[in-house]
Amino acid sequence: MVATINICISMSVNHSISGSEAQKLSIINKIGIAAFVVGCIGLIELIAAVVLDKQVYKVTQVENHQEYVFGSFGLMLVGIFLFTFKWQKRAFVTDFLKTSNLVQRIGLAVGAAGTGILITAWLGVIFEDPTLFLWMSMVLMASGILIYTYGTYAGHTKGIKNNHVWTNGLSNRGVLGWIAGVALTLFYIQLYWFSDSLEGLVRLFDPLSYLLTDAKASQWFVYGTLYTFLIIFLGIKFIVKYRHNRYQIIRTISVIFFQLVFAYSLPYILEAFNDSPGYFQKDLKNVWPLNYGFSDPNQLKAMSNAGVSGTFFFFWGLILFLVITPVLTYLVGKRWYCSWVCGCGGLAETAGDSFRQLSSKKESSWRIERWVIHSVMIFVVMMTIGALWPYFSGKEYEIGFISVTGGSFYAFCMVLLLGVAVLFLFGARKFKNNVLLFGALVLAILAGVFTYVYLNHSESNKIKEVFHLSKEYYYWLAIPLLAASIFLFWTHRNLKNKTLLIGAIVILAITGVLTYAHFYGTQEIFSLNSKSLKSVYGFIVGAAFAGVIGVGFYPILGNRVWCRFGCPMAGYMGIFQRFKSRFRITTNGAQCISCGNCSTYCEQGIDVRAYAQKGENIVRASCVGCGVCSAVCPRGVLKLENGPEKGRFEPNPLVVTKDGVKLNP
Amino acid sequence: MIIIIGNGISGVTAARHIRKHSNESITIISAESKYFFSRTALMYVYMGHMRFEHTQPYEPHFWKKNRIELLQDYVEHVDTSEKKVSLKSGNEIRYSKLIIATGSKPNKFGWPGQDSDGVSGLYSKQDLEYIEARSNNIKTAVVVGGGLIGIELAEMFLSRNIHVHFLVRESHFWNSVLPQQDASFIMEHFEKHHGLEMHYSTELDTILADSNDKVTGVKTKDGKEIQCEFVGLTAGVSPNVDFLKSSNIEINRGVLIDEFFETSAEDVYAIGDCAEFRNPVKGRRPVEQVWYTGRIMGETLAKNITGPTSEIMPYTPGHWFNSAKFFDIEYQTYGVVESKLAEGLEEFVYRHEKEDVLLHFVFEKESRKFLGINNFGIRLRHPVFNEWLLNEATIEEVLSNLKTANFDPEFYSKYELEIIDQFNLKFNTTIQLKKAKWWQQLISA
Repeated sequence: MVATINICISMSVNHSISGSEAQKLSIINKIGIAAFVVGCIGLIELIAAVVLDKQVYKVTQVENHQEYVFGSFGLMLVGIFLFTFKWQKRAFVTDFLKTSNLVQRIGLAVGAAGTGILITAWLGVIFEDPTLFLWMSMVLMASGILIYTYGTYAGHTKGIKNNHVWTNGLSNRGVLGWIAGVALTLFYIQLYWFSDSLEGLVRLFDPLSYLLTDAKASQWFVYGTLYTFLIIFLGIKFIVKYRHNRYQIIRTISVIFFQLVFAYSLPYILEAFNDSPGYFQKDLKNVWPLNYGFSDPNQLKAMSNAGVSGTFFFFWGLILFLVITPVLTYLVGKRWYCSWVCGCGGLAETAGDSFRQLSSKKESSWRIERWVIHSVMIFVVMMTIGALWPYFSGKEYEIGFISVTGGSFYAFCMVLLLGVAVLFLFGARKFKNNVLLFGALVLAILAGVFTYVYLNHSESNKIKEVFHLSKEYYYWLAIPLLAASIFLFWTHRNLKNKTLLIGAIVILAITGVLTYAHFYGTQEIFSLNSKSLKSVYGFIVGAAFAGVIGVGFYPILGNRVWCRFGCPMAGYMGIFQRFKSRFRITTNGAQCISCGNCSTYCEQGIDVRAYAQKGENIVRASCVGCGVCSAVCPRGVLKLENGPEKGRFEPNPLVVTKDGVKLNP
Repeated sequence: MIIIIGNGISGVTAARHIRKHSNESITIISAESKYFFSRTALMYVYMGHMRFEHTQPYEPHFWKKNRIELLQDYVEHVDTSEKKVSLKSGNEIRYSKLIIATGSKPNKFGWPGQDSDGVSGLYSKQDLEYIEARSNNIKTAVVVGGGLIGIELAEMFLSRNIHVHFLVRESHFWNSVLPQQDASFIMEHFEKHHGLEMHYSTELDTILADSNDKVTGVKTKDGKEIQCEFVGLTAGVSPNVDFLKSSNIEINRGVLIDEFFETSAEDVYAIGDCAEFRNPVKGRRPVEQVWYTGRIMGETLAKNITGPTSEIMPYTPGHWFNSAKFFDIEYQTYGVVESKLAEGLEEFVYRHEKEDVLLHFVFEKESRKFLGINNFGIRLRHPVFNEWLLNEATIEEVLSNLKTANFDPEFYSKYELEIIDQFNLKFNTTIQLKKAKWWQQLISA
């Protein structure tokens, strides 16, 4: 928090054109900072107390805390107002009035009316007729967004229209941005740890919940509904804004589709087919390690009890992670997921579009990014090992996937698996590529496991343990892992590649953990309880990072904080994208004029211009392929494309040689 | 010590490349700003797309790391016999080599009232600050001059709902560069912008001001009076070399240089907008005021200064290329497309019926050699066209491989088939469109 305040001071204090002379803070501003910090400390203290005292996710008695929560937030809000007091005044009122038109103002008013209903419910008011107010609120908000969009873009020729982005108090980290940031953060904190305090809001959504799921609403239903609502309607705004750019249009339709169907609707439908009492997540597009619940023992158990659907979800999850992700990332880059499918990415691209310019482009941020995202990756692997601990140590339950009762289902799966494997084999030959070969291999192995499962199952057992992990498999895992680690270390010595060294260390660490489990296997890893490891991950990464900071801080740190600094799935794909992929952003010879639009609007904080002005292609692990750098470039310099790996890193700089200027040295 | 006056693209490119090959100390002197910024991006600061610091391509630590000293001061006098420069702050610095890269200043042609309050060009950071301050609450502005900066200034004002009168002396926009078809195409696009009033074939006569010397309007040569609160003068730029008048360095319009950028004084060089070639490269103008040529000059000079004298090379800019953006229409050009078609040349213009897309090809009638292209609303690959120009490709070769040169984002509409059909129809040829070859393969072949 303190760090963000510093960033805010350094970024926003001067409103004049010259960036060098910082304005001095007045005494009022300083009081504002103090109030903000006190509010922050109060809140952090409270959360820490609650989380440490009781089990995470099970906080129910919040009556005593509620006033404290709102008190802290009130203090933070007042702090922001005082802190931003002088220098934002102009941007806040005058600039808005001068640069907005009547239609935009009507749109904002209508949208605000709809949001007002939500806020009233948020503050705890329980409406007598929730159906009426819920629909009223939804319709008002949706039409508000649409009217505003019309006012903003109609009457302008199609093209990039980023006017006033840096003079608007919402999008330039001004007072509106801070208020929005604090409000969002409050909502997320309530959502994760004080859900009882959202009672008014949750009851408002009962009618819709009954309509869709035949049950009363939970805070997660409210969250999912609002999330999907924002992706759809701000997605429409995004499409209108970029209507000259077909890549943006198609990509946004895809993101809306995956959110609405795969994340929001389909799980409810699939839930109906779930014949086991346990819960497991049914979002088909949610890939481990982003979906860290996939390796949760309870979810695995629920899957193993759920018959065909559970078996399907288990194998689908494995294929997604082991085959589909590497292969698609190889072919088109990680954008296939981050900018076309993912829900976090979906919200970032639509609702977060107004904040993409706030990401820090400093070299130092890049350094922090690499440390943090790879730490989270290691953390999630550790956590998963911890979760699977009982199987490895043979101390606890076993799970078995079978229920492949019908021969036709088995046949169907086999055709699918082997068909795709053959396809990959052809692809591997055509592109001369090992990733595809690897994919085919994994699919073939899965088909083998599947056949083994099918042939060995016995109908009589309720839980048939044919595919289980246990102590006896230790040597099968440990020896190949050790060999892989030594191999990577050896290649690192030869190729002088640091990443290989990191890989070797990670694999060695995993082997070590396995070994420890094998010989001293208990419920604990290095005296850390595996369950508490999961709780800590859930608290720090799953909730605080992905939710509170990831979305709550949109208006402060930009819209892709989670995707850039946290997401282990992005990190996993990033390694492929950087070292083994056909994707790159091509720089068009020497046409760059160093204007900086690309860097400014890169939500991942990549200094695109640094590459473009040198004529270098942009090959970066963190690029999510949103395509906005290419869209905002006024000189047609950048193009996202897939092509042969050969020449991917070769620049086309303009070089002065003895024989004149050349583009290809 | 190498001193570079001016921290624009030419001076900074020179400094960077000198550092690559030499350890000599380098000082860049600029009165305009401490850090290098992209001049081309000033309009985006005004429109709120970016903040000023976003226009700086290098973070402050870059200069320290590369040991390039930055001095914010103004050079008042250059003493070539003592090899020193005198600064406004009173200091004097000696140089071993001096590079003059002071860029341009907006043209003012002696119009009455041109120095009134509320009149400015758009070139420097100070110009932008002035415009920002003076256009804060105005309703109408007049922009004079029918070129690139003029249209940028117009776009800036429109973004703040300021009504713009755009005076163009010629009957067509950017008449000196664009062929008439291309200019008309752009002019149609102008019509779609509310609040932009174009006045073609209209010349500025007088800038009118009130008793406080504040601008109140302009009078044109045909006697029309237009009320306004701000006048933007964008009728071209000229070399910013007035500070050298007291020195013995020879100047004409710009600092006179030979093909090795050497001025009349020893160890003094000039590059970029402010330089004027005594014998320009064939087909080029004596003063080149383009971003890219500034870069090429900076790099060439750096290599000449730091390399062995046997490898010294003259300014050889290669094939011409450039780009611009007119509101929402992007423009690129490769090779030579002159505003008037020369004898013995043939042209082919493709224009899409609905979309804002236009391609203007020029080639030799007899040999079919491809000479140049203006492309609007479609992006084309620089390396591919450069290769075609180097290899003297024919128009047939260019057209049949046009897919390979396409640089539009994925999923965009493709126009190649239609272009070739129309070409075949017009010239009675049978060119076939070839499949897109991966472009790098084509170049290395």
